[in-house]
Amino acid sequence: MALAFAARGLAKRYGTIEALGGVDLEIREGELVGLLGPNGAGKSTLVKIACGLVRPSSGSAEICGAPAGSRAARAALGYLAELFRFPGWASANEVLQLHQRLSGSEGGAAERAELLELVALTDAGDRNVDAMSKGMQQRLGIAQALVGSPRLLLLDEPTSALDPVGRRTVHGLLEELRRRGVSVLLNSHLLSEVELVCDRVVILRRGAVVAAGRPEDLAEPGVIEIETARGVRRFPGRGREEAPRLVAELVAAGEQIYGVRVVTASLEETYIEAIEGAGG
Amino acid sequence: MSAVATIVGYTLRESLRRRVFLVVLLLTIAFLSLYALGTRQAFKDVRNFEDGITAGLDATTLAGATLFGLSMFGTLFLGAVLGIFLTLGVVRGDGERGLLQPLVVRPIGRATFLLSRLLAAGTVCTVYVCLVYTGNLLITYWIGGWWPDRVVVPALALAGGVLIVAALSLLGSVFLSATANGIAVFMAFGAGLVAGLLGQIGEALNSQTLERVATVSTWLLPFEALYQDGLNAISADSFGLTRVALQLGPFGGAQAGGALLWPYALAYLAALVGLALLGFARRDL
Repeated sequence: MALAFAARGLAKRYGTIEALGGVDLEIREGELVGLLGPNGAGKSTLVKIACGLVRPSSGSAEICGAPAGSRAARAALGYLAELFRFPGWASANEVLQLHQRLSGSEGGAAERAELLELVALTDAGDRNVDAMSKGMQQRLGIAQALVGSPRLLLLDEPTSALDPVGRRTVHGLLEELRRRGVSVLLNSHLLSEVELVCDRVVILRRGAVVAAGRPEDLAEPGVIEIETARGVRRFPGRGREEAPRLVAELVAAGEQIYGVRVVTASLEETYIEAIEGAGG
Repeated sequence: MSAVATIVGYTLRESLRRRVFLVVLLLTIAFLSLYALGTRQAFKDVRNFEDGITAGLDATTLAGATLFGLSMFGTLFLGAVLGIFLTLGVVRGDGERGLLQPLVVRPIGRATFLLSRLLAAGTVCTVYVCLVYTGNLLITYWIGGWWPDRVVVPALALAGGVLIVAALSLLGSVFLSATANGIAVFMAFGAGLVAGLLGQIGEALNSQTLERVATVSTWLLPFEALYQDGLNAISADSFGLTRVALQLGPFGGAQAGGALLWPYALAYLAALVGLALLGFARRDL
């Protein structure tokens, strides 16, 4: 499958500080990848290199086959920065129109209306940015990133200023993007969000990948608890797929079963283990 | 619509919506009104003066050139303020506020973005300087009946000087925060003006040291040399006692730029823009 993003040996130093220490990462077309890690792990640096805002010290990054930062690469991506601002004097429609012109999009008013609807800002098209809440501005930022139908979307903390309803809107939007085959690199602190929407998760620590995989693979088997007439029996280190066999064995042994509970290690536990296991 | 036109339009619309142009218009009207009042009073006094002592001194030219020289100083100052404020935060200032990143990740190229911002600021400043210059010219003529010896060259010199200040501010914006850049460029602007005055004092006192300091400063900050050249051009045909009296005054324009000034100023401008482009291309945002 073609790659929307490929980083090979990507490294970045800011003076004596190593922000990225040789990261390899691939995102396939249509794949939704979550980027996790503590503050200073290099997540934002990775995203900024991908969109050409930061130059790598070594290694390479490609967007849809074009070198990151090149015109072709920038034409293929949409980007929402962690800290961004739109001019307060401009309306939502004007912001989107400006980005349509800069990206060469010919979608016109129809595209603007569709994007505003996608982020639940249909009625705010003529409202000035100054008069919008932080959450509305963040949703406008997502709409801006989608101008020109990019093949790769780079979202740096897209839900940090959103309330639960706004987050749900963004989750729905990400599902819609997945349906459309858009690749997404989602940089977020919210593990539950990443676990919920991402196909794959990459955990960074001090500029290096310390864990990567599907959320369900990273969330390792925990324990199976089976409630019997003689009390709750615990089977540690067992996965969900083993539950029927264990129940069958207990029934064959004459036990009466009242309930079964599969307790898996959450992504959060895996995340903490990955971060602490890599040196704290 | 091309990327250049889009960025230029965006910059102009921002100035319009933020009421920059309205403020500039009101303050310029105040400046022109004050200039008109001052000119009226000065020429009235000069006519009385002319009735008394006139031997070898063209009092109308002395008053006209001095007043118009003052207005050119005011125009240079206002134009420089406008140029600095339109450019001081273009790169690092807007980058720190998060306004820049969404724009430069678009497929337009950093060079196109920066040149478009300079084009917008340069166009605004040039039009502004020419309009204020023309206003002052007409006020001086209607009230005092005096007309400069050269009309176009001083206007071009002022516009060129302001363009250099704006380009200096744009270059500073690549490396400095908006506040630090604003302070640095205003100080450089003030230093240039002081150097020009030092040169005039040096010439009046025949001090070679002062003249050398002024010359070196002028090469480093050629907007001052352009301004001096413009001042010189407004009374280029004066002679005798009138010429001497003009040269003794602060707006007498004693120093002509010479044949190399304009090529040097253009090369200096190109170097500023080139350095800004190079710095911006290498800057992490």
